[in-house]
Amino acid sequence: MYDGGKIITGLVIGLGLLLFPFFYNAGKAAKAPDPELTPKAQEAKVCVMDKAYMQSSHMTLLDDWRHTVVRDGERYFKAKSGTVYYKSLQVTCLDCHSNKTKFCDQCHDYMGVAPYCWDCHLEPEEKK
Amino acid sequence: MKGIDRREFLKIGGMAAIAGLGGKAAFEILAPGKLEAAQQIPLTKGKHWAMVVDTTKMDDALMDVCIEACHKEHNVPNLGNPKEEIKWIWKETYEHAFPGQEHEYIGERFHGMNFLLMCNHCTNPPCVRVCPTQSTWKREDGVVMMDMHRCIGCRFCMAACPYGARSFNWGDPQRVRTDEKLMPMNPGFPRNKDYPTRSKGVVEKCNFCAERLAKGDQPACVEAAAKVRKGALVFGDLADPHSEVRKVLKENYTIRRKPELGTGPNLFFIV
Repeated sequence: MYDGGKIITGLVIGLGLLLFPFFYNAGKAAKAPDPELTPKAQEAKVCVMDKAYMQSSHMTLLDDWRHTVVRDGERYFKAKSGTVYYKSLQVTCLDCHSNKTKFCDQCHDYMGVAPYCWDCHLEPEEKK
Repeated sequence: MKGIDRREFLKIGGMAAIAGLGGKAAFEILAPGKLEAAQQIPLTKGKHWAMVVDTTKMDDALMDVCIEACHKEHNVPNLGNPKEEIKWIWKETYEHAFPGQEHEYIGERFHGMNFLLMCNHCTNPPCVRVCPTQSTWKREDGVVMMDMHRCIGCRFCMAACPYGARSFNWGDPQRVRTDEKLMPMNPGFPRNKDYPTRSKGVVEKCNFCAERLAKGDQPACVEAAAKVRKGALVFGDLADPHSEVRKVLKENYTIRRKPELGTGPNLFFIV
């Protein structure tokens, strides 16, 4: 084998570079996002459903909303508390949760999901 | 629900029994038109939306007011290219709007006259029949709706619609607002927070302001027109014999676009 030493050294260095990020981050978990509530959302205290449900299943609720609004024309949602909400991502949800980057995007990026809601639904204008 | 509820039915029935009337005659005398309304369209929840355009009260300036109101309300983009025009409500000349009814000796008034057009919300809509994903369908109250979440942009509906009332989004409408250099024609792209935009690759059209009807409001164009001139646009329930549209239709001669195709347009023009 010609230049075996050089080849193997090169391979080791190459492999080392390739695996560097894994060793560098070993043992450290990526920081879990901490969604921020806007003052308005904090003041409201309750969302349309309880917090645990909203954390785990808000996408199911939104999917159900978009279906019932568009297909069945049912535009109002009665919460358990009796409050009636207008079923709208843009008008109702984003009115409270107007900090999209800190409330929606943080978690979506962490989970690696890219909902295409924002292709059509207007994002709230955030002050930077 | 419009039409007759149980209480009203019993009242009419009771009075009819006292007067010695029976069946349909009782309803004709005691509640004229109500039985007809209840019978004709049993599936519409008592509603059958329609619009009447009074062209004698319309002019170009007023049409522009209506168009602007609609486009602002629904974030309809103007991409600057007529081939990529998004049409919810638009102006068209007589010979283009009513090709079968045009002839060379047509009244002086119609030379170069524009008509305000929009989706006809047909009683028998061909676009609905051809849609492979059922993203366009007819609601029970007569509104031909689009479900943007389902539209795959195949454009069968555009081919099927004999009125050209549907438009394809060749570009991303939201692109207009971020890059005004790219779209200099439309610096003030409407951004109404109460209504979404559309994405690239879907078909869209007038929805008779279904979102406003749900709140009990009149469509945006009708509301805008009423502020300028009363009665230029009349919107209402065809199933209700006492509604404004029925009154206007009863009193005037009206035409519809391409009635020979049998689609049953619900947009009427007083000429």
